[in-house]
Amino acid sequence: MTTTMERICMRGNLPLRILVAILVIIAVLFIGIPLAALLLRVPPELMLSSLQDTVVIDALFLSLVTASISTVIVIGFGTPIAYINARCQYPGKKIIDTITDIPVVLPPAVAGLALLMAFGRRGLVGQYLNLAGIDIAFTTIAVIMAQVFVASPFYIRQARTSFAGVNRVYEQAARTLGASPLTTFFSVTVPLAITGILSGAVMTFARALGEFGATIMFAGNLQGKTQTMPLAIYGALQGDINASLALAVILVIISFAVIIVIKILTEKEEAAP
Amino acid sequence: MIDIAVKKVLRDYMLDVNIQMPEGGTLVLLGENGAGKSTILNLVAGLMAPDTGHIRIGGETFVDTTTRTCIPAESRETGYMFQDYALFPHMTVYDNIAYGLRIRHLPREAIDARVRELTGPLDLLSVCDENVGSLSGGQRQRVALLRALAVKPKCLLLDEPFSALDVRTQVQVRQELKEILTAANVPAIMVTHDLRDAVALGDRICLMEHGEIVLCGDADAILQKGQHPFIDQFFIRS
Repeated sequence: MTTTMERICMRGNLPLRILVAILVIIAVLFIGIPLAALLLRVPPELMLSSLQDTVVIDALFLSLVTASISTVIVIGFGTPIAYINARCQYPGKKIIDTITDIPVVLPPAVAGLALLMAFGRRGLVGQYLNLAGIDIAFTTIAVIMAQVFVASPFYIRQARTSFAGVNRVYEQAARTLGASPLTTFFSVTVPLAITGILSGAVMTFARALGEFGATIMFAGNLQGKTQTMPLAIYGALQGDINASLALAVILVIISFAVIIVIKILTEKEEAAP
Repeated sequence: MIDIAVKKVLRDYMLDVNIQMPEGGTLVLLGENGAGKSTILNLVAGLMAPDTGHIRIGGETFVDTTTRTCIPAESRETGYMFQDYALFPHMTVYDNIAYGLRIRHLPREAIDARVRELTGPLDLLSVCDENVGSLSGGQRQRVALLRALAVKPKCLLLDEPFSALDVRTQVQVRQELKEILTAANVPAIMVTHDLRDAVALGDRICLMEHGEIVLCGDADAILQKGQHPFIDQFFIRS
């Protein structure tokens, strides 16, 4: 709490403080106005009627299912990678670290094209899969692969930081008490890193839900099969703008929920001893 | 029986110790910070491996580089009390003490009985359901000791057990620990930089410097002026 004396002492900084306040207000308005504009365009009755539209229902269902599956896959593959990179030194560690980080900076359209070149019908791997009668591109599996590709770094980076933050002495204590490395991991390391792991998983889910570029390149835009919410927003924009707006509002609500969950988790972590 | 003969290259020097204590009891490793004392505890616990040599405790070979024997840390059945106690911060006092017992898949009643048996005499029963973060320094020290003892270890390893306590608590806890060690009757290795701890608890005291043992004997043999500046400083202080 600022005391009167401290306030008097800070008077000299008044012009700087006003400037900072103006910058903050501009930044908040820049993000807030478009969101408000979107929410104001969709009254509750329009929202409810749009929720009966098959395009909206299909996209919502497909998005939630694929993003959930992608998140589970990313947790399954990402957790060991995150832990090993946080704890162990091995040859090629930097290369693996860089490769797992690349999708963060790679434009999603490029990611989609890369996936197509790898797993498309004539792709590097896809041509052999095709011979075996397996076609991945333009299927729901392609949607999941695109989401996993672009969203995995969000989990791996966060989990790696959380694992690195767990004091190794707790793991050592568990080992001397008779716990195997795997038991130690699940009974000590994961519970101590859980807030970071959860926020990484939530971020991954959100990123997967919002995935557009890689999905449209690699999976196409087929209603009920590969048309996720962002694709449906884009598709509906050419015809039924109300469906597009309703889907957009749903995504905004989910984004808010994600941010709130992460804030709660972060505060919980900061409050922990 | 304690038989440690190991060599290990560390960052600043070579750890080279040879300690035999056929009669068991409490071995105290005394010395300044960075002398290599805690490394020996980690070697005994299996958290580190020696470059060459062997460690035998109570007739069991924990590690022997000549026969390429190495029992993993979780199978050595040591009770390690870490310097800052390393109590699991996400668990209650009860869960910390019961951790090793649960790992051994003991029935719930047996775990409950063992935790009560241990916590009762040290006045910790009332704090069993509390998170370890809310405990005082003395209570944390006791919980760490009980967690190590709960599994009935073959060897007790104590790393600076009193360093985090205020002087008054140190005196009380030192006496308590002496009684516990006598009752437990297992070989123990304690690391300390305080001669008072060493004299109060050690059946044998080894003074370490830069990874080597420079002086070794019982309390009477160690407490002689003029043998080593580290020992002499305590005479000057008192």
